[in-house]
Amino acid sequence: MGAVVGTLSLQTRQRRPSRDRVCDDLELSVVCHRPEALDLLEAQSNFNRKELQVLYRGFKNECPSGVVNEETFKQIYSQFFPHGDASTYAHYLFNAFDSSQSGSIKFEDFVTALSILLRGTTTEKLQWTFNLYDINKDGYINKEEMTDIVKAIYDMMGRFTYPAMKTDTTRQHVDAFFQKMDKNRDGVVTLDEFILSCQEDENIMRSLQLFENVI
Amino acid sequence: MAAGVATWLPFARAAAVGWLPLAKKNMPKPPVDKKSRNDEILFVNVSGLRFQTWKNTLDRYPDTLLGSSEKEFFYNEDTQEYFFDRDPEMFRHILNFYRTGKLHYPRQECIQAFDEELAFYGIVPDIIGDCCMEEYRDRKKENQERLAEDTEAEMATDTPLPPESTSRERLWRAFENPHTSTMALVFYYVTGFFIAVSVIANVVETVPCRPLKGSKKDLPCGEKYTLAFFCMDTACVLIFTFEYLMRLFAAPSRCKFMRSVMSVIDVVAIMPYYIGLVMPENEDVSGAFVTLRVFRVFRIFKFSRHSQGLRILGYTLKSCASELGFLLFSLTMAIIIFATVMFYAEKGTKGTNFTSIPASFWYTIVTMTTLGYGDMVPNTIAGKIFGSICSLSGVLVIALPVPVIVSNFSRIYHQNQRADKMRAQQKVRQARIRMAKKGTTNAFLQYKEEGGFQFRDNDSALCLKNRSSFEHQHHHLLHCLEKTTNHEFTDELTFSEMCMTESVGYRTSRSTSISSQQGLSTSCCPRRSKRRAIRLANSTVSVSRGSVQELDTLQVHKTSIGHQSRSSLNARTEDLKLNCEDRDFTAAIISIPTPPANTPDESLPPSPAIPGILRNSRCSFTHERVKISSL
Repeated sequence: MGAVVGTLSLQTRQRRPSRDRVCDDLELSVVCHRPEALDLLEAQSNFNRKELQVLYRGFKNECPSGVVNEETFKQIYSQFFPHGDASTYAHYLFNAFDSSQSGSIKFEDFVTALSILLRGTTTEKLQWTFNLYDINKDGYINKEEMTDIVKAIYDMMGRFTYPAMKTDTTRQHVDAFFQKMDKNRDGVVTLDEFILSCQEDENIMRSLQLFENVI
Repeated sequence: MAAGVATWLPFARAAAVGWLPLAKKNMPKPPVDKKSRNDEILFVNVSGLRFQTWKNTLDRYPDTLLGSSEKEFFYNEDTQEYFFDRDPEMFRHILNFYRTGKLHYPRQECIQAFDEELAFYGIVPDIIGDCCMEEYRDRKKENQERLAEDTEAEMATDTPLPPESTSRERLWRAFENPHTSTMALVFYYVTGFFIAVSVIANVVETVPCRPLKGSKKDLPCGEKYTLAFFCMDTACVLIFTFEYLMRLFAAPSRCKFMRSVMSVIDVVAIMPYYIGLVMPENEDVSGAFVTLRVFRVFRIFKFSRHSQGLRILGYTLKSCASELGFLLFSLTMAIIIFATVMFYAEKGTKGTNFTSIPASFWYTIVTMTTLGYGDMVPNTIAGKIFGSICSLSGVLVIALPVPVIVSNFSRIYHQNQRADKMRAQQKVRQARIRMAKKGTTNAFLQYKEEGGFQFRDNDSALCLKNRSSFEHQHHHLLHCLEKTTNHEFTDELTFSEMCMTESVGYRTSRSTSISSQQGLSTSCCPRRSKRRAIRLANSTVSVSRGSVQELDTLQVHKTSIGHQSRSSLNARTEDLKLNCEDRDFTAAIISIPTPPANTPDESLPPSPAIPGILRNSRCSFTHERVKISSL
């Protein structure tokens, strides 16, 4: 009987390392991340103190631990698009926000991205957008990446749209995009091509100004 | 949408910059937020206890009192604070709800007081978090049952019947509540008396009386005074039959009555007599007939109509049947094991009682329950050893689990209730999420239809007045997505209809029969709609853009009513059920057109009648659509 108990306890002891790892993960996520000082953030971003305070209060309320992981991010983003499936696009967005590729968004990442998107120059915004489209972050947007992005965007629309989605809608959209952006017809879009093409398009330039008073 | 998500909306809108290079059409202009965006601290004075909170915190739930403009009614200009003449202790919990998004139920508070506070502040109790939901539900149910008992008791004694009740209803009521009329009470006691008489007669029948003259043997009284007993039995059975037939006549639902336990007992109690009447005095069947007489003892169960305690006992046994079953099963296992062992232990002995394993069952049961009749005893040493082990284990097997089973029964019973509640809650939650999604979808579609994207001055902002800035911005975001992809959001009905019409492919004049449109759009199930489409293929079916527009406006009309109630997150569960049964218009609905759906909303009060509002609107919506078809 004692031997049985002994072997049983041995087994549990062997299994414990994995449990410890799980416990470690839990502990990690429980530990708070504190952002940098308010002055530093104010200097680094284009927001003033009050705006940063409002942003942080909201952020801290939603994520008391100070970080947002990808699952939570996807859930949050999906709530804005109940018609369709926003998880793929949220994944790309998450990677775009998570500049340090650490797997979680901290408040600084949040503020940096918002600062660019809302208060940045058009070049910065376009750069950010390029970074979003460039899924593997190699400096080039090729057709596959663009197709993925466009498909993710169309997924957010859901099934019930007017007019109904056809099978080649995505492909057509991507082709139109490449037609416009790829100046030297080499099949990839570089950052300079992208910025140049967007600057030529008045509509894009105008709509970039639209989101300035979001905060 | 969850209020906390409002925090993330600015970032979601900012991320929309990512769509810009891809957009096929121009982005719409964002809504202008005229209110000042500065966050301020509000002072809330609740009966002298001052609370302070950010304005944003309260704005998280715009469909409650504190989150909407309703709190302006309570604003005190002199002291620059919001004053509420309510319970300050309870307010703490209410405010915590705004802060954390979870509503907790304080256990020491009275459930009704808590409910009243929630109703005052416009918070629906469904939002109570999981940690406190069980407690809340239990207390609420307890309270409701207590109230129901009180009202039932009141009703049973005091309420007079409505004068138009038929004699049948009066009779049923007399049977169910004997206290209502003197006749009923008399009948109640008479039947009770006769039940007692019948049972006693059955018992006394078998007692040996002094034998007849000239015979030595003791006769049971039943055979001595056959006629007397027969007359008594007849009288009782006549009364019981009469009572049963009366109940059957008076019952509001005869099938249900016949299936109920009490009526089965009634039938079983009187059947033996009739069968005995019918059966001839045949030796062969009289054995079976004697067995039938046993069923006369069931008359004693008729007392359960007269006794609340018996009913409760019956219900208890029924509910802990699984526990009893388990006890029986484990006992059976132990019995079989020990019987086998005892049989093989005693096999060698001559003249032993343990002739077979089933014969040993009797010994095992008697020993395990520590009865020990002594009619079967082991003789061998091995048998005695195993016999003693048997009796010891009997004590353990029976005496130990019984208290455990008793408490298990109580725990498992409550656990089952909780499991059901959890399942129901899960369903409700899923349904709520679905409905919230649907609500958001519909809100956006309706927003579009109302032309919410052109800039409106204050004059024409009437239809938009109920929207918060959050909704404006969210709709702008969705509109941006539409422009990016050059596709528009629609809902399921329109979409399936459009697919349908593309497959049918007739285009004629504008005047379509809505009945055919109904046929197309009513079913979500494509099989059904295909069938209808085939039927209508020869008729003129047209869905020009105009009639689809019509459909859109009609649907918008429907959903707008849904939106005048509080936000979908707060919607009650009754609403959700209504959403599901929405699809059943048939082409056959021809009825008098009712006035437009706006009036029911204004006339009905909000929260308790939300199902009423939706129901009314849906009915009238159906009528409206039919009205158009008569053109």
